Amino acid sequence: MIFNKDSWKEIFDTIKKNKLRTFLSGFTVALGILIFIILFGLGNGLQSSFSMFFTDDQVNTIRVYPSTTTIPYRGYESKRQIKFTNDDVKKIKENFKGKIEDIVIRNTFYTQFSYKQQANGYQVRAVSPGHKEAEKTIIMKGRYLHEGDILNKTKHIVIGRLVEEDLFQKENALGKYIHENGNSWRVVGVFQDEGGDREERNLYVPYTTEQRMTNNDEVDQMIVVYDKNMSYEQSLTLEKELDAYIKNLKIISPKDNRGIYISNTGEEQENSRQFASVLQIIISFIGIGTLVAGVIGISNIMVFVVKERTKEIGIRKAIGASPRSIIAMILQESIFITMISGYTGLVVAILILNSIGDSLMDKYFISSPYIETSNAIWATIILIFFGALAGYLPARKAAKIKPIIALRDK
Amino acid sequence: MIDIEGLNKSYPIGNSSLHVLKGIDLKINEGELVAIMGSSGSGKSTLLNIIGMLDNYDSGSYKLDNVPIKDLDETKAAKYRNKFLGFVFQSFNLINYKTALENIALPLYYQGIPRNERQKVAQEYLKKVGLADWAEHLPSELSGGQKQRIAIARALASQPKVLLADEPTGALDSTTSEEVMDLIKQINNEGKTILVVTHEQDIANMCKRIITLKDGIIMTDMKTK
Repeated sequence: MIFNKDSWKEIFDTIKKNKLRTFLSGFTVALGILIFIILFGLGNGLQSSFSMFFTDDQVNTIRVYPSTTTIPYRGYESKRQIKFTNDDVKKIKENFKGKIEDIVIRNTFYTQFSYKQQANGYQVRAVSPGHKEAEKTIIMKGRYLHEGDILNKTKHIVIGRLVEEDLFQKENALGKYIHENGNSWRVVGVFQDEGGDREERNLYVPYTTEQRMTNNDEVDQMIVVYDKNMSYEQSLTLEKELDAYIKNLKIISPKDNRGIYISNTGEEQENSRQFASVLQIIISFIGIGTLVAGVIGISNIMVFVVKERTKEIGIRKAIGASPRSIIAMILQESIFITMISGYTGLVVAILILNSIGDSLMDKYFISSPYIETSNAIWATIILIFFGALAGYLPARKAAKIKPIIALRDK
Repeated sequence: MIDIEGLNKSYPIGNSSLHVLKGIDLKINEGELVAIMGSSGSGKSTLLNIIGMLDNYDSGSYKLDNVPIKDLDETKAAKYRNKFLGFVFQSFNLINYKTALENIALPLYYQGIPRNERQKVAQEYLKKVGLADWAEHLPSELSGGQKQRIAIARALASQPKVLLADEPTGALDSTTSEEVMDLIKQINNEGKTILVVTHEQDIANMCKRIITLKDGIIMTDMKTK
């Protein structure tokens, strides 16, 4: 029956001559698929934006900042400003040997730089070479600071892409000198950073040079880089051990929540991972909801279609149509319409998604929305299946009605 | 052709039931043109529906061309209807989105006859009812008399043994009624067995035999002239 050319001809005939009915059921299916794919695609885009934001910095780091104490301890009064020194860094490195790979030093100051006629204020980070990895700095030209710079306390400087643009206009900054408070720094490298414009207006100098200029051995911030293979739980344990060790080292009460600040980027990563999975659940929920709404829509249309055709079914039965041929007719018609319109909705939705691209990135944080082909096809199959089922139930009922009852129907 | 003995049929109404046909005995031979008369509620339409396998009966027997017709499932009833019977209804019951020609060809579709042949046969019957020029018209573009003639052509197309007409002129004016009855008579003269249900005496008078029903019983059964 299904592959009978004549029965298809009969169905095409019916479809052609009942355009409104065909349009209604087809439109419902196409719209259902369209909305599903677009919502799902936008959700996916939102998710990829978030994962992009959270992968700017290296994840296996614990950042430690000095602060002021709030509890008097071992003869020290509260409100004592804690300061780290090179010595502290060395001690921590030795104590946690094997667990941590590096402790990156970062001191920050703000100053005015000039080159020829151009001058501007920038944030300068006086760092150790490991900072490149911790911040995921990408060198565009030249090089980053290396151990030689640290040992020799050189006046070498690595500048951000936008600093080069600001100060050097169209000149190449490499090898040139920029000036600050009577000091001249030689540009050895230019970098870019995925963290955005603000990151690209930074400058990097050796921390040893900065310490010699300010005549101290203080450290503002330590970035502890731990073993990449450590699990999230292990990194939390390490964080606690570090906290205890440093508090003991700097004579801070173990009960003092201040004194030092410790933050684990692994933790941030974990949080954003959880956020992403919540987002995924919401997206799936929206998707399933749209599909259910689509299925209900098709069911309604199919019930209406069969109801409208009750009399026709009665006539067909009176002149010799078997119940099976009636069901087959309605099913073939509904499957045909849902397949064509489902496919149309699918194609249109994917075209729309592709045309959106990154245009919603700035306002809505949605980047390149997409849908996995398998998801899109499954959704279409589900709609077609339920469309057929929704047609089958009333069709079976109608095929069972005695022709006289159907014919009485006006 | 039609052999009915002791036919009973009742419809349940709430807790009680309405006894519509109370033991009908009826024999109709091939080539007869029979009118079944009676006022509304006499059971004439029920009898026609049972003969037309559109409805079941409770007790008795019914043979059509020596085939016992009892408790058919829908598939079998559909097959028998298609093979044995042609229907003409008061309200024409044409499929409104199909042209005159397509309506006539439809029973042949359910007989599994190829399209080209269907078209040819349908053309033939369209000519027979005098509407050869109206093949591509939709029912909504036809007059009542034309619609009924299309319905008759459709009923004949499958070459049934019996033509059943339920108030075929009920929705037509008297001139048109006469034309339709003339057509029915002409078909009868060609040898087709025809049953006409009507409540109009002058329509009945145009048939060869009149059976009058009252309260589910055959009151009179006589030949005209």
